[in-house]
Amino acid sequence: MKIIPETSRVRTLVLDVPEWPGHRAGQHVDVRLTAEDGYQTERSYSIASPPEEARLSLTIERLENGEVSSYLVDDLREGDALELRGPIGGHFVWSVADGGPLLLVGGGSGIVPLMAMLRHRANAPESVRRTVPARLLYSSRSWQELIYRDELARLAEADDSLRIVHTITREPPPHWSGYARRIDRAMLAEVAWPPAAHPHVYVCGGTPLVETAAEALVALGFEPASIRTERFGPTGGPQ
Amino acid sequence: MTSPISRGFRGRRPDASAAGRLPPGQYETRDFPVLSAGPTPHTPLAKWSFTLGTRGAPSVTWSWEEFAALPHETITRDIHCVTKWSKFGTVWTGVSIDTIIAAGAEKGITPAPFVVAACDGGYTTNLPLADVTGGKAWIAVGYDNAPLHPEHGGPARLLVPHLYFWKSAKWVRELHFRERDEPGFWEALGYHMRGDPWKEQRYTGDP
Repeated sequence: MKIIPETSRVRTLVLDVPEWPGHRAGQHVDVRLTAEDGYQTERSYSIASPPEEARLSLTIERLENGEVSSYLVDDLREGDALELRGPIGGHFVWSVADGGPLLLVGGGSGIVPLMAMLRHRANAPESVRRTVPARLLYSSRSWQELIYRDELARLAEADDSLRIVHTITREPPPHWSGYARRIDRAMLAEVAWPPAAHPHVYVCGGTPLVETAAEALVALGFEPASIRTERFGPTGGPQ
Repeated sequence: MTSPISRGFRGRRPDASAAGRLPPGQYETRDFPVLSAGPTPHTPLAKWSFTLGTRGAPSVTWSWEEFAALPHETITRDIHCVTKWSKFGTVWTGVSIDTIIAAGAEKGITPAPFVVAACDGGYTTNLPLADVTGGKAWIAVGYDNAPLHPEHGGPARLLVPHLYFWKSAKWVRELHFRERDEPGFWEALGYHMRGDPWKEQRYTGDP
């Protein structure tokens, strides 16, 4: 196992999983921890790596009082073994073959399954990628807490058919000219395609963000059935 | 298969009050997390109805007012979500499925061994008849002595607390009898057909 620090509260575990059956971008795994006396507990974590990568990446955010996340972020070391089960989930998934356009809306660690989709899309030949343009609207509390900041910038720079828009809700950096508020209907109207473009929509984040974004998209005229949601939180895993 | 010991992991043990109440792999939460696959539907009560029926056969439909006139019960149960959280002692009000099936029987609707619940937003879930009869399942319209909030499935959701909570379908509108067990939304996407938390029937292939 290799460990990549992402932010002060987030790190990525890169795992060699023997006999991994493969996964689709957007799926998750169940991680089980076992204490010496046999006590066990499980949580679900989204897969960050695209299907094309041999190793499996999980990006974990340390939650306040998080029984499992604090162990994974603070205590787990390179070389430790981890018990996991998956892949799980067949609704919040996307592949290039599903087509586009692709509209991704995420907040905080809700970026993780969306990142798997963007990485998967980036692995497609350019001729294919152009046929599935993508937009990401990503809400972070601060510039320092923006997960995958450099990689997102690189992806957008290398790809005319990908547009990434950030909103920084609590501590925007000095001279920040981008959005500096929570995602709302006006922001979605500016960033999203018109509903007539029939995008595939994926929304992932905490419940308030997901509720707000999904309701706003419906109000803007997007077909409810085209909007897939997944919620992250201290008490829920993805689903 | 024996699980590897997670070096240095101690964990937070459930306190004594939770002992025996927590199914395997679950942890207790005091919150009420929201989980759903898409946007929250908002059906006005004037347009809401609930239908009990059989495919290609007669059905019975209640308007919101008619449904409100059915006898309601208060239900206090622990609930268990497949995403690992459990919440103890949740208090609901609702109409027993036994009451609904009895009302259907008076209109000539005969039960079959399985049911499918269908909801606003296109969600469905499948259940054996035995899991929704005998005082085990309700159509819930209230939570914590208040109308059920849309985020949590209001105006009405199925409540089957002895199974994982995805079976307690939000925004329920129809219950249909089926001769065979046909997978619903999550069941077709890798989740268990029955979903008993005490047997840890989370995913396809679990015992």
